[in-house]
Amino acid sequence: MTVVLEPPADPTLERRAAIQAAAASSLRRRKVSSSVALGVCWLFLAIAVVPLVAVVYYVLAKGLPAWSTDFFTQPTKPEGVAAGGVWNAIVGTMVITAIAVAVTVPVGLLCGLYLAESDSGVAATLRFTADVMTGIPSITVGIFGYIAIVRNFGYSGYAGAFAIGFIMLPVITRAGETAFRGVPHSLNEAAMALGARKATVARRIVLPTALPGVITGVLLAVARGLGETAPLLLTIFGNQFLQWSPSKPMEALPILIYNDSSQPYADQVQLAWGAALLLMVVVLVLSIGSRLLAAHLQKERR
Amino acid sequence: MTSVGTALPGPRGRGRRFSLPDNGYRAGLYAVALLVAALAVWFLVAIVIQAVPAFSTLGFSWIVSKTWNPAHGQFGILPFILGTLETTAIAVVLAVPIGLGTAVALAFLVPARIRPALSTTVELLAAVPSVVYGLWGLIVLAPVFHNTVEPFLTTAFGWTGLFGGPSRGVGLLLAGVILFVMIVPTMVAVSRDVIAVVPTEQVEGAVALGATRWQVLRKVVLPGARTGILGAFTLATGRALGETVAVAMVIGNSPYIAHSLKAPAATVPSLIVNNFGESTGTELSVLIGAGLVLLVIGVLVNSAARWLVWSTGTRSAGLELGR
Repeated sequence: MTVVLEPPADPTLERRAAIQAAAASSLRRRKVSSSVALGVCWLFLAIAVVPLVAVVYYVLAKGLPAWSTDFFTQPTKPEGVAAGGVWNAIVGTMVITAIAVAVTVPVGLLCGLYLAESDSGVAATLRFTADVMTGIPSITVGIFGYIAIVRNFGYSGYAGAFAIGFIMLPVITRAGETAFRGVPHSLNEAAMALGARKATVARRIVLPTALPGVITGVLLAVARGLGETAPLLLTIFGNQFLQWSPSKPMEALPILIYNDSSQPYADQVQLAWGAALLLMVVVLVLSIGSRLLAAHLQKERR
Repeated sequence: MTSVGTALPGPRGRGRRFSLPDNGYRAGLYAVALLVAALAVWFLVAIVIQAVPAFSTLGFSWIVSKTWNPAHGQFGILPFILGTLETTAIAVVLAVPIGLGTAVALAFLVPARIRPALSTTVELLAAVPSVVYGLWGLIVLAPVFHNTVEPFLTTAFGWTGLFGGPSRGVGLLLAGVILFVMIVPTMVAVSRDVIAVVPTEQVEGAVALGATRWQVLRKVVLPGARTGILGAFTLATGRALGETVAVAMVIGNSPYIAHSLKAPAATVPSLIVNNFGESTGTELSVLIGAGLVLLVIGVLVNSAARWLVWSTGTRSAGLELGR
């Protein structure tokens, strides 16, 4: 007579079996709910992408026909008169952006350098301030430009550059800080061991090493500044004539789009589309350029 | 032993150029930093000072009073505050599930080959200026809303009472939808970055236990990224609250409280941008005061968002852009 030994009841095995049974019995249900939920995610992806693609498509389709020699060389004509261009707005945008960049890039980078070299309470407060500044609603920056400049000197390109610069400044500061912090300490220390002064280290070592990162940040800031509309509406007033002097009211591409979009004349709406295309192309080129540069930088670091 | 030091040649050529002494350099940087801080303080002080007359002559009741009629000295901005909250709510209610679903699809479902291209495309669209979205909304989307979307919604959901009155195209709903289109890239970019921070071990562990893909997302990824997603949501809210021109172009700009999603309305930023040029005295001060209210809300919401996203240890591209 052989005795069949019952294996001793193992609670772990029993629990495992129970879990496996439960998993197997619910597998069908779980698989179905999984595919349904993932299908919804796909649907949401489509819902998110379709309008974005539609915006780009319409701006291209309606903007390209507006592009002509006149578009780029003529100022806007009075309402109802055909064959005007947006040259005055291009000039305004260029002049305003150039002034804003010329002032905010040095100031922002020096401030970023200070933040990168200091961990004091002052630096922490300033870092926080710069972060808060990036979140300020742009219309309030327009109000500030109005109070600070327009009240005293009238509507002008300078007032617009002041407002746009105020928006670009924190972006450049923080991007500069990030870039400067990325410079290896060993480089700094080697230069200082050779007897270089801090200012020399900053100019000859830190700035050249961090340059790609700095350029990326500046490009992003310019891309952001170019499209700002609300602050300009409160500071440069708009001007349908060609105006090179930033001390006078100027036109700008975003303002032209804003004003012409609600005009009853098809010509002007078409100008708005052409200007929108121009603005979109420039902003996208700057953004893509900054991304390529950042990617290149990362590859080099590795 | 020979003596050290004196025999070394001094720097020559380019190295001899003038260079600030170290304390001068430090003082210079400090001065620039103080300049930037002073600019921020000036900003705040200027707006507060200009808003004071509104509060001193009208008290605080104008913020919650209903009638906007500057010609008769009535400066209630409640309709505009409600308009801001309503358009933001529409945009966020749409953007949260859709942005999150898109982020999940981009992180886990889309084939790896096209993933970078698709993500970059969505993120780049965050850089498109808002006035371009406004133009598209006014010229392309408004007629579609007027002829198709709003009549359909009225027939299908008229019983909710949300879609009373005539279909006009422009109005609360269109403004909310345009805001949604604008904030989706931000929502997607930040969500995707915080989802990527969830440890791979946890995801693989759940897969090894036999969880389906949806279970992994539901039980591991989304809870792990919860704080960051909340941050993305808050950041998107901040953007929607402060947006000016795109909303002003498509909302219809009516100073009355809207009783229907199809009705024209106005927001605080659109009120400011439409009336700033012509206003003087108390009205101007009221507009600046309204801007101050917006500023306080905007800064609070944005700071909260940054704090939430950073507490997950992400340095998100969406934040860097400041958009």
